[in-house]
Amino acid sequence: MLDLAPPTAAATAEPVLKIEDLAVHFPIGGFLSFGVQTVHAVDGVDMELRAGECLGLVGESGCGKSTLALAILGLQAPTRGRILLDGRDVSARGTDRRERARAAQMVFQDPYSSLNPRQSVRRTLEAPLKLHGITAKSEIDDRIAAVMRHVGLRPEQAARYPHEFSGGQRQRIGIARALILEPRIIVLDEPVSALDVSIRAQIINLLLELKETMGLSYIMISHDLGVVEHMSDRVAVMYLGRIVETGPWERIFTAPRHPYTRALIDAIPDPFGKGLGMRISGEIPNPLSPPPGCRFHPRCPEARDFCKVEPAPELEPVAGGHLVRCLRAGELARPAAGVSEAE
Amino acid sequence: MSGESLLEVENLGIDLKVEDRRYPAVKEVSFAIRRGETYGLVGESGCGKSITALALIGLLRPPLYIGGGTIRFKGQEIQAARAGVIRRLRGNSISMIFQEPMTALNPLSPVGRQIAEMFVLHKGATWKEAEKHAIEALAKVRVPAPDRRVKDYPHQLSGGMRQRVMIAIALACGPDLLLADEPTTALDVTVQAEILELIRDLSADIGTAVLMISHDLGLIANMCGRVGVMYAGRLVEERAADEIFRAPSHPYTAGLVASLPLLGARARHGRQRLQEIEGVVPAVTDFPTGCRFNPRCAARTDICIAEDPPETSLPQGGRVRCHHHA
Amino acid sequence: MGLRVNLWLGGVLFVAVVIAGVFAPWLAHTDPVLDANLMNAELPPGEEFWFGTDAQGRDIYSRVLYGARISLTVGIVSQLINTVIGVALGVSAGYWGGWWDDFVNGLTNMMLAIPSLIFALAIMAILSPGITSLLIALGLTNWSYTCRLSRASTLSLKSQGYVQAAKILGYGDARIMFTQILPNILGPIIVIGTLGMGGAVLAEAALSFLGLGIRPPYPSWGSMLSDARDQITTAPWISIFPGLAIFITVLALNLLGDGLRDILDPQSKARTA
Repeated sequence: MLDLAPPTAAATAEPVLKIEDLAVHFPIGGFLSFGVQTVHAVDGVDMELRAGECLGLVGESGCGKSTLALAILGLQAPTRGRILLDGRDVSARGTDRRERARAAQMVFQDPYSSLNPRQSVRRTLEAPLKLHGITAKSEIDDRIAAVMRHVGLRPEQAARYPHEFSGGQRQRIGIARALILEPRIIVLDEPVSALDVSIRAQIINLLLELKETMGLSYIMISHDLGVVEHMSDRVAVMYLGRIVETGPWERIFTAPRHPYTRALIDAIPDPFGKGLGMRISGEIPNPLSPPPGCRFHPRCPEARDFCKVEPAPELEPVAGGHLVRCLRAGELARPAAGVSEAE
Repeated sequence: MSGESLLEVENLGIDLKVEDRRYPAVKEVSFAIRRGETYGLVGESGCGKSITALALIGLLRPPLYIGGGTIRFKGQEIQAARAGVIRRLRGNSISMIFQEPMTALNPLSPVGRQIAEMFVLHKGATWKEAEKHAIEALAKVRVPAPDRRVKDYPHQLSGGMRQRVMIAIALACGPDLLLADEPTTALDVTVQAEILELIRDLSADIGTAVLMISHDLGLIANMCGRVGVMYAGRLVEERAADEIFRAPSHPYTAGLVASLPLLGARARHGRQRLQEIEGVVPAVTDFPTGCRFNPRCAARTDICIAEDPPETSLPQGGRVRCHHHA
Repeated sequence: MGLRVNLWLGGVLFVAVVIAGVFAPWLAHTDPVLDANLMNAELPPGEEFWFGTDAQGRDIYSRVLYGARISLTVGIVSQLINTVIGVALGVSAGYWGGWWDDFVNGLTNMMLAIPSLIFALAIMAILSPGITSLLIALGLTNWSYTCRLSRASTLSLKSQGYVQAAKILGYGDARIMFTQILPNILGPIIVIGTLGMGGAVLAEAALSFLGLGIRPPYPSWGSMLSDARDQITTAPWISIFPGLAIFITVLALNLLGDGLRDILDPQSKARTA
């Protein structure tokens, strides 16, 4: 089978992050364990992130992509499964917060609430260095100056406070903070969606340059599929806590197999045309009681009776690195362009 | 402007008053919307698109004031009309939907009652008739099981359902004009697609003209017939929607189009570095002199700093406000 | 602007009270306790005794000055204790959540259910009267508002990006609470603290009035009022001046608190508390 992925360094390198059967369940309601229900926010995710790669994570709100990111960063304890950073299991209890901090960092969506208004930029960047044992003033100064330049700010601007910066500059500071400990992985949570449209290109270009020059690996959460297509090397589509399709970006965007992936792509208004493509109706079902069989069947335009019964479909390979969780993946192998007429 | 114009905005100015100074937050904005047309206003935060819409229905609140110009609705000047006149227009002839429907809905009242209220208020229906109309209205906005949903309170509904309720309220009286201010920005793309289709279908059925406001150029180009691009309080370009991406005339529009990572672009042309627009969006109190886009413009010359560019009609149709337009 | 008048008037009055207390030994005409002279008993205000004299012939002006020392010490120190307890409980409860939050919430609700003055009365009844006991009694009984406020503010800050970022950068919980949360909730806490100080001054006066606070002959405004009960019709100045002192101090602190709120806590401008 033809693999469209170009032979980049990313394709051959070993994974910096490996996630095995990760699940995060939240108990909801109930009193003293009576009547407690469980939300399966993330429900058995396997994932790999290779060095120098950008993995785009997409799905509607409530699909579990944010919970997955928080679990990777250690802000959310997994219910089961393992998270390996550079081969080391960091999901075990008692893992040092600081060790994980040096491996993975995050850039936030909102550049306003993500910076402490009472701390100068310098303090924001200096405190983590000191915490991680870098105390020599000259080294601190050098690293702050270097990271400021990397994100396109002048080192002397570090003396200022967040309110003195514009939204785009604030996002650069947020990126500088994520870079200061020189992590391998950066989680980008909607990195441009809160920015003015005319500023977004600056940040997207900056993130791509930093990835090249510093060999960073990204996990990017975004609802803007244009941004995902532009930035990602691989894409994972999540629905109700599970990955339903994953593969190289060309496969996902030009030959999507899962009806949900197609629906997401078709839902983007085409600026050169009128009307929208295939639509799925309804909204994400209540995660407290996910539907039996394929979890997407109640909204799926391609669903058949066998989709509604157990067992749920597994994530199966359809081409090199392209996996789909759909019982009809074989029959639905049509190009994306044909989908809009299929309504 | 042709005689069939439903709404004519001419040289509209909106001032922001801070202490004793007046800042022109919107300056000399002119556009017209024909009956049944979908017109788009696109721009970034602070460009004045939302306050322009608010001005149209007399909802500007201090420190914002109308600073000049005329707003004609069905030939009648309404920019200085008395509150009572505007109130009768609002909801009946002109209605509005917002980004966050939760703030516009009454949290203590069932949604069915809030829809029914429109029929009672503007159509003189009895409550009993109005309740029936409310169920029909919910069915029209494709809310499943509308006879049960009418009893729900806003917080029991999802964001998409709430926006449907808002649309039901807004279209209850078959208005001539619907103002839609970022109606889908808070929603998932799948829900957005449904809401957009709903607005398109229903406005076509009733013959309602729509003023669609968004920061999303792609959405506006898809939904609208004509598009006005606003920057820093000025309407810098007005074009047919299918031309705005293909042949933008103003450097700001052109820059914006080139800066967007459009879906499918990488698959067709490979990954191109996105074109950046330098600088930042200016604050209302800080608009530059001359052309307001000049500090960020690659085509800037001395005249751009010295003189405010006049509005020019384009041979291919549309208008642009630039000394060096393409 | 009205807002600034609050701040300035409150500030000036408060500074005046502080100066009166701090410089009492220099400003006073006589010793507030020892200079009793029954020959001068119950003299009305005049040239020698500006505020008159009390039943023992002591100079009320001097006693009111020294009374400021006691009132301010009790007000400031007890409110500091309250603030430390309230912030520590509130921030940690809001930050950690879980059973600790439930526990702190229960404790706070209990404290709110018992009138704090009654609670302080009970503590004073157990301890021997005196300034240390007063500080303990008033310092342990009025932290619930600060605690609630700190908890609520912490809850809303906890989800802010910069607090999350600090966790991701490997900060410990205590460091996050001190460097990321505390500086951002300090404004409203100072406001509550200032208003609470006024309450503590009143509470001290009330306890002393009931004979459970500062005991005579020490010049607490509350005990002075208590002593003056019998002469309120015959020699009203004995109660008027300490009463006025309490009134001015509490008013000053409330104005100051309101004024500070307008500056430090701009969100609350819309609501009127």
